[in-house]
Amino acid sequence: MSKTFSKDDNSVVVIVGSGAGGGTLADELTREGVDVVILEAGKHHTQEDFENDEWAMFAKISWLDKRISAGGWHHTETYPNLPAWIVKGVGGSTMHWSGLALRFMAHEFKTLSTYGKVPGANVLDWPISYEELAPYYEIAERKMGVAGTKASGLPPMPPNNHYKVIEAGARKIGYKDIVRPVASNTRPNDGRPACQQIGYCMQGCKIGAKWSTLYSEIPRAMKTGHAELRPQSMVLRIEHDSSGKATGVLYADKDGNQHLQKARVVCVAGNSIESPRLLLNSASSKYPNGLANSSGQVGRNYMNHTTAAALTINPGPVYMYRGFDIAAVVSDEVPNNPDRGFMGGYHLEGLALHLPFAAAFMKPGGWGREVSSALEKFDHMSCVWVCGEDLAQEENSITLHATEKDQHGLPIPIVTKTDHTNDAAMRRHGLGQWRKLSEAVGATRVIDMPPYPASHNMGTNRMSEKARDGVVNKWGQTHDIKNLFVSDGSQFTSSGAANPTLTIVALAIRQAEYIAGAMRRREL
Amino acid sequence: MNDDQHQSPPAQGMRVPEKRIAVSRRAFLKGSGLAAAGVTALSAGSLMLPAREALAASFTHLGPDVGKTLLVMARDIFPHDKISDRFYMLAIEPYDAAAAKDPALAKLIADGVAQLNALATAQFGKPYAEVPTETERLTLLYTIEHGAFFQKIKGDMVTGFYNNKAVWPLFGEEGSSWEKGGYVNRGFDDLDWLPKA
Repeated sequence: MSKTFSKDDNSVVVIVGSGAGGGTLADELTREGVDVVILEAGKHHTQEDFENDEWAMFAKISWLDKRISAGGWHHTETYPNLPAWIVKGVGGSTMHWSGLALRFMAHEFKTLSTYGKVPGANVLDWPISYEELAPYYEIAERKMGVAGTKASGLPPMPPNNHYKVIEAGARKIGYKDIVRPVASNTRPNDGRPACQQIGYCMQGCKIGAKWSTLYSEIPRAMKTGHAELRPQSMVLRIEHDSSGKATGVLYADKDGNQHLQKARVVCVAGNSIESPRLLLNSASSKYPNGLANSSGQVGRNYMNHTTAAALTINPGPVYMYRGFDIAAVVSDEVPNNPDRGFMGGYHLEGLALHLPFAAAFMKPGGWGREVSSALEKFDHMSCVWVCGEDLAQEENSITLHATEKDQHGLPIPIVTKTDHTNDAAMRRHGLGQWRKLSEAVGATRVIDMPPYPASHNMGTNRMSEKARDGVVNKWGQTHDIKNLFVSDGSQFTSSGAANPTLTIVALAIRQAEYIAGAMRRREL
Repeated sequence: MNDDQHQSPPAQGMRVPEKRIAVSRRAFLKGSGLAAAGVTALSAGSLMLPAREALAASFTHLGPDVGKTLLVMARDIFPHDKISDRFYMLAIEPYDAAAAKDPALAKLIADGVAQLNALATAQFGKPYAEVPTETERLTLLYTIEHGAFFQKIKGDMVTGFYNNKAVWPLFGEEGSSWEKGGYVNRGFDDLDWLPKA
C-alpha cells in the first residue's frame, strides 16, 4: 500500500523526521487523507535488529554525527562530542525512549506568570494552557497505550523489584505521589503484544510492547496509501519562493545524491538540535539569519532538563534490570514550591541500567576501587534519574560551527549549555532527597553520578504568543512562514519536569488537526 | 568477587543467580593453557593459577614485558580481587594486533610503558609490574593518570572489561533476556527482603 510521490508533486506535506513528533503527525495527517512524504535521516531498522545489548544498540541506533558540547556544563569534559543521546533512524528517539509518559502540570505552561521574571533566565508562558492540551493528552495516552491511565484502559504496569525498593523508600520518607504511567502494553493492544518484563527497553523493545512510531504510527500511515517513507534521507535545506513561502526541501540520499522534494507544507521534526540547525542552514538572501528567525530565537533557549543520577547500593539484591526499565516515579517534588530554593520542580525517576552502562556512567573518568567496589554490588543497585525543570536561557543554544563541516558539507552543530543557579540548587535537592529515600530502606552507599548525555532536548524553536519572543505560534506554525511548521520538542516554551515524549505526541495530534483543517479551508 | 548473597539478608524467595562463570572447555583451554577436560564450571579464583608471564607471552608484537605491564595496570585501574587475570587479559590483548597495524598506537603504548617503568625504577628500583604493593603502584599511576596513555587504557577498559559478557555473571548481570521470555516468569517481582510496611 506504500505510495510513491513525485518529487515535483507540490501538493504533499513534507515531514522531516519520523520520531514522536514526525511519526505521529504522519499518522494523524494520513488519517485525514492528507498526502505526506516522510524524510528520515537514519536507517530503517526493524525489531529483528534489536539486541538486548547496551553498547551494541548504542552503536547501531544513536545519532553519532559529530556535535560539540560547549558552555559551562559537565558535558564539555565528560561527553565533549556527544552532548545528546538521541536516535538516528525511522522511529527516531521513540526507539530508545524509556516509555515514561508524564503530562506537564498546569503551572509549567505558565512559567513567567508563575515564577515571575527570573534573573539570568528567559522564561515565557506558552501560548496554550494545560486545559487546551488536556484533550490531546487523552488521545495521546490512548494511541500510545499508556498503562494505568483512564484513556488507555490498560492496567498499570506490575511492580518489579526496582519499583518496590524505590516505592518503599519513598513512602518511608513521606512521599505519596508515586506513579508509573508507561507506554507499554500491559495486555495485548493495538496489534502489539503485552510486556514480557524483558528490560533493555532503551535498546529498542524487542517485542514491540513499548510504544514506538517505528512499528505503530509509521506503518499505519503507510497503510492508508497517503504516505511515502524515505529513510536515509538527510534534509539539507528548506527552499522558499520570492514571497517567502516554503516550496520544498533539498535532501541527500544514502549515496549522497541530492534531490529536491516539492511541498505544499513543510513540517520540521528533527529533534531540538537538528531542527534549528536546519532552519539556520536554510539561510538565504531573503532570510539571512535563517528561516523563521525574525525573532533571533531559532536555536536559542536550549533546554535539556535539570538532571542528575545516582546509584544506590541496597542491603539486598534488586536486579534492577529485571522488568520494565522505568521503576517507581516520585512526583511529590513536581509542584512549584520556591521555599526549597528553586523555581519549578522535578521527578525522581527510577531508571534501570545494565552493568556496562552503570560502569560507563557512574563516574566518567573515574577508576580504582571507588568504582570497582561499587560495581561488585551491581546486583544490589537501584538507580535514579532526576528530571527537573530547566529554565530557558537565551545563551543556551544550538549554533553552527564556523569551519567544521559534516559529511554533507554542512556546518556541525555546537550545543552550548550552562547551568542556571536554579538548576544547581534543584540538582542538589533532588540528589539529597534520593539519598534520604535510599537510606530509609537501608542503603549502604549512594553514588551520585553526573548527568548523562541529554536525551530530552527542547526549546530551540519555541512557541510564543508574540512573534518577537519565539519561533512558532500555538499551532507550531512559524510566525514568519505560514506553511512552515515545527512538530517536535523544539516547540517547547518551557521544559517542565516531565519527560517530553507524551507532550510532543499531544502537540503533534493537535497540530495535525490544525494543518488538515487549514488545508481544507485552503488557508495553506 | 564476594559471594555477597551470603552477606545479604536471607532471600529465600528471590531467584539469585550464582556469581560464578560457567566456562566451556574450549574457552578454558584457550584462556588458561591448562588441561581441564571435563571441567565445566569453576570459581573465578582457581582461574588465577596461570602465571602472568604465560598470559603476557601472547603479546608477540608489543612484547611480553609490555603485555605484563598492561595486565597489572588493567587490574589496578578496575581491581576485582576475585576475578582472574585471564579476564583482564581479554580486555587488553586486542592492543597487540591493533598496535601492529597502527604505529601511533604502538608508540603511545611503548612510550607510556617506558615512562611508567622509568618512574617505577626511580622510586622503587624496579619496573612497575614488579612493584609489589597496590598502594605503591597507585602512587605511580596517579602521576600519569591525566596523560594520553593512561586515559587510553582506562577508557578502553570501561568497555573492554565491563562489556565482556564472560564477566557479567560475577556481577550478577544476567544479560540478554528476550530469548528466555524476559523476566515475566523469572523473578521480575521476587524481591522479598523489604520490611513489611
